[in-house]
Amino acid sequence: MKRGKKKGLFATSYLTLVMIVLYVPIILTVIYSFNANKSGTVWSGFSLKWYEELAGDRSLKEALINSLVLALGSCFFAILIATSAALGMRNRVSKLDKVMSYMSSLPIMIPEIILGMVFLGVFSFMNIPFGMVTLMISHTAFCIPYIFTMVQARLEGMERNLEEAALDLGAKPWEVFRDVTLPAIMPAIGSGALLSFAMSFDDVVISIFVTGARTNTLAVKIYTKLKTGVTPEINALATVILLITIIMVVLSEMIKERTKTKEGDSI
Amino acid sequence: MELVNITKTFHSAQGQTEVLKGINLTIEDGEFVTLLGASGCGKTTLLRIIAGLEEADTGSIILDGKDITALEPYKRDVNMIFQNYALFPHMTVEENIGYGLKLKKVPKAIQHKKVEEMLALVQLEGYGKRYPDKLSGGQKQRVAIARALINEPKVLLLDEPLGALDLKLRRQMQLELKRLQRKLGITFIYITHDQEEAINMSDKIAVMHEGVFEQVGTPNEVYYEPKTSYVASFVGDANLLRIDGELYALRAEDIQIQEGSHCTHKAKVLEKSFAGGQLRILLELSDGQQVTASRFGIDYDLKEGEVTQIGWSRAQKIK
Repeated sequence: MKRGKKKGLFATSYLTLVMIVLYVPIILTVIYSFNANKSGTVWSGFSLKWYEELAGDRSLKEALINSLVLALGSCFFAILIATSAALGMRNRVSKLDKVMSYMSSLPIMIPEIILGMVFLGVFSFMNIPFGMVTLMISHTAFCIPYIFTMVQARLEGMERNLEEAALDLGAKPWEVFRDVTLPAIMPAIGSGALLSFAMSFDDVVISIFVTGARTNTLAVKIYTKLKTGVTPEINALATVILLITIIMVVLSEMIKERTKTKEGDSI
Repeated sequence: MELVNITKTFHSAQGQTEVLKGINLTIEDGEFVTLLGASGCGKTTLLRIIAGLEEADTGSIILDGKDITALEPYKRDVNMIFQNYALFPHMTVEENIGYGLKLKKVPKAIQHKKVEEMLALVQLEGYGKRYPDKLSGGQKQRVAIARALINEPKVLLLDEPLGALDLKLRRQMQLELKRLQRKLGITFIYITHDQEEAINMSDKIAVMHEGVFEQVGTPNEVYYEPKTSYVASFVGDANLLRIDGELYALRAEDIQIQEGSHCTHKAKVLEKSFAGGQLRILLELSDGQQVTASRFGIDYDLKEGEVTQIGWSRAQKIK
């Protein structure tokens, strides 16, 4: 009894702390995005004018489109490369393969600022003009490890027999892939894709290094705007991005739930 | 079906393992053949080679007069039941069973009809819309059987299909499999390490040990006329007795104690134990060799330590 109470107390205080540190600023940001006053600290009534301004800002719209194209594009390429890599590396047991496998998930641990520096160096050495292309290449590169590790884990947990059973029932190798392997790794590809989409969408550090003078992403735009202080317009923008993020998280959870009910808790 | 001189060696970091050392076997159409052996004897590898999931180093597989050794698994008229069922988790029971027909692009209506027939055959009517994780072990097994049989294979391979089931269900499924096999007339190649199961179900048993067939014969032959000491001890746990320099296999139930004039061997009762409806009596002969005799019933009026006379009605000379 006593122990249970203590545990309860611990959990409650932990939750309270998280709420205060994390969510209060978020909620304040959302609230102040509806503030009629230009000052970030004085509340002078409800207004949607910052959202109107947001909608009217052409450079912001451009940045949003850039961000979406970049996130979707790098996500797409990362899925292609990471999934084929995970499939190719499957059941390889030599030492070299293991090293390769570790190396392909290592970039998760490397500080972004170093990745940014490295990309900058490579692109200027290769004389690639900075802009969407360089952004796409670097974002694809840093998204690959996330999808790769997820798909690899899923493949390892998959019963090898399933594919053999399909083969035995008359499926040609590509049919085995379509009907058995792909459905099995789809949840991993899905959640990996969502994660890398989010990573790309909010990335500032790497993007600042590899973007050109004329190409802005939304995250970079917010960062540069912040240099002149927090304006309600930025609060409104942050709220929109939050909304998008929440939708993504809910989607990802829904995918997870759906696969769970299909496969049961036993797997 | 005919297996001709099949060999297989696995290479690994630890070295080479010769798993199959020249396997020859002729199987008649509609026969129920069991590969019986302890784990690691190569029986699963042999089955996988027949299915095409593994390649033999040498030798050939003949099916209906055609050499299918080099044929891809998806082109063989052979289907396999895996030990862990290997049902597709993202497909319903219906979709699992109908998968083979879908691949062959059989019209939807016929697919549906055949799936229903199969469900009826394995007594799973009404389960079509469920997902495999909502089924019990026995039901999964039936789905796996239906999924293989719908392709009307010439040969069905079964890799310890009842291994994961409890004893009662296993007995029931043994009868059911036998019923199915008789009804459909398909050749079954069945793997097990359970000699009782093998004797119960098979037309022919191939006892396998370290990559070779020790003996191929009917259950009767394998049980009563074992050719090697391995067969004698693996099948039915026979006594091995050396008499005048020759080795004999002696079934526990064939040993008589104090019954008639042929009980000429002196033996001491060492131990009595009761197991599985049988009383087992461990006896020591005067030359120190030990044999086990069995009797039905719980009690037998011999005391431990007592000296008596034993004899046997049948002894099989072996190598």
